[in-house]
Amino acid sequence: MNWSAISAIYVFEMTRFFRTLAQSLISPVLSTSLYFVVFGAAIGSRIQEVDGVSYGAFIVPGLIMLTVMTQSISNASFGIYFPKFIGTIYELLSAPVSFLEIVMGYVGAAATKAMFIGVIILITSFFFVDIEIAHPLAMILFLVLTCISFALFGFIIGIWAGNFEQLQLVPLLIVTPLVFLGGSFYSISMLPPVWQTISMFNPVVYLISGFRWAFFGLTDVPILTSLIAIAGFTTLCLGAVWWIFKSGWRIRQ
Amino acid sequence: MPPILSIQNLRKAYSGGFEALKGVSLDIEEGEIIALLGPNGAGKTTLISTVCGITMPTSGTVSVAGFDILTDYRQARSLIGLVPQEIALEPFERVINTVRFSRGLFGKGRKDAAVEDILKRLSLWDKRDNQIRELSGGMKRRVLIAKALAHEPRVLFLDEPTAGVDVELRKDMWDIVEQLRADGVTTILTTHYIEEAEAIADRVGVINKGEILLVEDKDKLMARMGQKQLDVQLTTQLDAIPEALAGYDLALSQDGWTLVYSYDVNAERTGITKLLTDVANAGLQLRDVVTRQSSLEDIFVSLVHENAEVTV
Ligand SMILES: Nc1ncnc2c1ncn2[C@@H]1O[C@H](COP(=O)(O)OP(=O)(O)O)[C@@H](O)[C@H]1O
Ligand SMILES: [Mg+2]
Repeated sequence: MNWSAISAIYVFEMTRFFRTLAQSLISPVLSTSLYFVVFGAAIGSRIQEVDGVSYGAFIVPGLIMLTVMTQSISNASFGIYFPKFIGTIYELLSAPVSFLEIVMGYVGAAATKAMFIGVIILITSFFFVDIEIAHPLAMILFLVLTCISFALFGFIIGIWAGNFEQLQLVPLLIVTPLVFLGGSFYSISMLPPVWQTISMFNPVVYLISGFRWAFFGLTDVPILTSLIAIAGFTTLCLGAVWWIFKSGWRIRQ
Repeated sequence: MPPILSIQNLRKAYSGGFEALKGVSLDIEEGEIIALLGPNGAGKTTLISTVCGITMPTSGTVSVAGFDILTDYRQARSLIGLVPQEIALEPFERVINTVRFSRGLFGKGRKDAAVEDILKRLSLWDKRDNQIRELSGGMKRRVLIAKALAHEPRVLFLDEPTAGVDVELRKDMWDIVEQLRADGVTTILTTHYIEEAEAIADRVGVINKGEILLVEDKDKLMARMGQKQLDVQLTTQLDAIPEALAGYDLALSQDGWTLVYSYDVNAERTGITKLLTDVANAGLQLRDVVTRQSSLEDIFVSLVHENAEVTV
């Protein structure tokens, strides 16, 4: 293992993050605050409680997930796409590093950034609502797994993308709808039966449900199913990354 | 001593099917400076990219200090530094950070003294905290070299290091290569400037259309360049070189109108006076006398030209 290379990539990426720290944080914090105002205060005042939890608090896990997933994807996809775009990828390809080490560096950094922002949002939400976290360890586990798996997914998108439009297309067209329809702002049980069934095909439902369980102890789906879902998604992404590594797809001619 | 870099029968076909390398073999000794000379599209960059791991070889083998570039890629690559043809750098990164990054990426621990030394050598020390986008094109090229040297490689590839570079920087580049030679670094550079090959290389390889046409010590090439030809044009047509002139290094032109005499300009006596006297004594009349010098350029052009005729 070339640990020195992993840490070089990781530090390099984190430097970029801290260089643009204000930008990186202002946007998610601002939009989260807006969600609280719009959904929590305006709509929440009519909804009152979901399964015994105030609506303002109920949406916190979903909001964190929403941000963490999109951040993981955009950080990781941009992180590896940018060297491809400006040509500095030559150095990664000529270095004595395995693809696994490259992935660890980029995905590790992207996941860290996303987690950092997730924690900031959690702290922000304390200003708006009262929350107690029922299972803190499980919450951290879910957060870490989500960050890593979506960063892996973002890495794959970054390798695949041939231009900036494609880079933004997948998050915009697939991830955002899945996250919005994944129960960030409502409980699946509030939907008509048909939509409940359809929702079961949305992988994000399982993640948000699991994460919310860690906060309030309530679930849309059994917690074990949630764990299996996230483990499955992580495995899928790892498999894809392994195949990219073996075939040199879109990186080595 | 075994060669530091050994390329055997290397072929590279790009995904479109185009064969950019058609069986290249080349051994490079430790510490030498070799220039690969070839026109655009000859396959110089492809050769370097394949050795360095940026593209995959279609067939053939390459080893660096005995390490195969595919099976022992870690050992092989950690011995190599690459300065690419195109400038590719992160615009917002600081000079010193990008050099440190390169060192780390190649598996070397952080060593500020080594980085400082490299930056100073490349006259980048004053610019170490500048963002790369603030640097001129020439400075960016220096940064690329600094990055390539950051892990103290034993083999350095410079892909057209002086293309589009001003005279001063070109001289500096040559000095840098000379210094590296003193440290025992093997340097392989590509160029399409013949003067560059002449100025710094120990050996010159000529490459065209994916094939190496010739690899020779520069001194031998220079010696060939030192050869001059004297064309003695006659008023009569000859079938053969007259007996009386048998002692000279003479050739008869195809049409029989010209005697071609080869001689060494650096020699103490060229023998021209005696030859011309003997030509007159043999009863031949001179119409004209012309001298020609073959340069490395001539050799190059004729090689590339022959190669083109064969392959087209
Ligand atoms: N990625 C690629 N895909 C297909 N053909 C390529 C690619 N890169 C280079 N070539 C072709 O291979 C040949 C050699 O190119 P290159 O190695 O860049 O030559 P040089 O560096 O000597 O100018 C050229 O004909 C070029 O068009
Ligand atoms: Mg080239």
